[in-house]
Amino acid sequence: MSINLAAQINSIMAALILLTAFGLLVQRRMYGLLHLFAWQGLFLSVSTAIVGYVSGAHHLYISSILTLALKVVLIPYILHFLIRQLHIHKEVEQLVNVPTTMLIGIALVIFSYYLTAPIRELSTLVTRSTLAVALATVMLGLLMMITRRHAVTQIIGFLALENGLFFAATSATYGMPLVVELGVALDILIAAFIFGIFFFQIRTTFDSLDVEQMTKLKEED
Amino acid sequence: MIELYPFLIEAIQILIVLLFAPLFVGWIRMLKCWFQGRTSAGLFQPYRDIVKLFHKDVILAENASWLFRFTPYLVFGVTVLAGGIIPILSLSLPFATVADVIAIVALFAIVRFFTALAGMDIGTAFGGMGSSREMMIGSLAEPAMLMAIFTVSLISQTTSLSNMADMLIHKEFILRPSMAFALLAFVLISLAETGRIPVDNPATHLELTMIHEAMILEYSGRHLALIEWAGMIKLFLFTTIGIASFFPWGISTLPSNAAIGGLGNLISISAGIIFLILKLGFLGIGLILIETGLAKMRIFRVPEFLGGAFLLSTLGMLSYFILE
Repeated sequence: MSINLAAQINSIMAALILLTAFGLLVQRRMYGLLHLFAWQGLFLSVSTAIVGYVSGAHHLYISSILTLALKVVLIPYILHFLIRQLHIHKEVEQLVNVPTTMLIGIALVIFSYYLTAPIRELSTLVTRSTLAVALATVMLGLLMMITRRHAVTQIIGFLALENGLFFAATSATYGMPLVVELGVALDILIAAFIFGIFFFQIRTTFDSLDVEQMTKLKEED
Repeated sequence: MIELYPFLIEAIQILIVLLFAPLFVGWIRMLKCWFQGRTSAGLFQPYRDIVKLFHKDVILAENASWLFRFTPYLVFGVTVLAGGIIPILSLSLPFATVADVIAIVALFAIVRFFTALAGMDIGTAFGGMGSSREMMIGSLAEPAMLMAIFTVSLISQTTSLSNMADMLIHKEFILRPSMAFALLAFVLISLAETGRIPVDNPATHLELTMIHEAMILEYSGRHLALIEWAGMIKLFLFTTIGIASFFPWGISTLPSNAAIGGLGNLISISAGIIFLILKLGFLGIGLILIETGLAKMRIFRVPEFLGGAFLLSTLGMLSYFILE
């Protein structure tokens, strides 16, 4: 496999990650969201392995396998388990309607392209062009956290945001040191557990996972 | 002396558009029957339908104006004209230099405009409802369609379909995410524009769901035959636009002049026809897989569907700038 072909496959993966980020933004069903999130993790893992191949940095293979294990299998499984345990409403409510969200998303992609254009000039890596996609994925994750009302979907948005950061790290710098990556992976796993505990707490307190309810948590005057 | 070969090829192509379109529809219907476990009416049923309609008398409403009688001929003529521009068999068509892909989209817009007017002309409730729905879909599908096609023209630096196909055939093949996005968007738009499931159901005459059928409900006889035939040609043309802009391999690239000689041209044109049949066969299977797998969506979900198509085509255009 030549470097050129690897770069092409990597940009296809970048495009697919962007597509899944948009998919997460517009998906209405909870299980659909989980599947899309798992797909995004898979593309991320493939892309990491390709970058590892191109750069010869073999620790990237390890982080690729970690991504595969954590973001494609374990975290979706945990969330799936939580959704089943909590009997969460299958349809996801949104604060902003779908077409508007899509348009905002497109604007964010253009904005992040504009923002990363000067950085792109400085880099010499073959994968530098994916930096804009990584930033866009971060922003789309953030947008998802803003526009969704449900705690679980906000968590998925957060995890998608983390995917974007991870992608930025691999595409812009050929990966962080292995220690850092292991730490981040562990953090994400612990976070998933803590989220689970929080869900149960929120649920027992408010009888719902709608975070709007939390506005009740202020003292009476 | 005027070059004869280009016009000969053009004539062959228009003949193929006229004859293959019902055949393609017949193939799709046959596949659909097989997928749903029914016995099909055969590959040639659309021809029989058209012939039957041509033999029937036209029944006109009393208050039908000239517009109503004029529309079927216009629709048919404009659709066939579009069939002369799209490179189906050969890239060097005399018509192809006259109009580019924007003009083709505009031709389809003319067809839609006049069909919608004719739908309202009689003054029945169904016609007006169909027209309003059709215009809603059109207004959302056309920008997305142009965006998808523009993505391909950005890559090939031209808006002429023939040159776009030419660039794709002759350039070194690279994996392009932008093309994949544009293709996906184009598939969604074609489903909407040609009135297939999940946007419209060509086989239904149920009041609540029909869109295109509601507009042409008052037509009968040869008028209906022409409109149905034009509808089949439109489906065929959208498929061939897709082929020309995404999978043009196999279309004859020889410059059609006498210098090449008749035989060489003949061989490459026949190869083009064989490739066309193969591609249409496979695309028919793809279309039926989509149609059997999906349910028709509510009309109020259609803007979301087409919004998705617009999103995909915009992402295609952006990823051309970002990733390539």
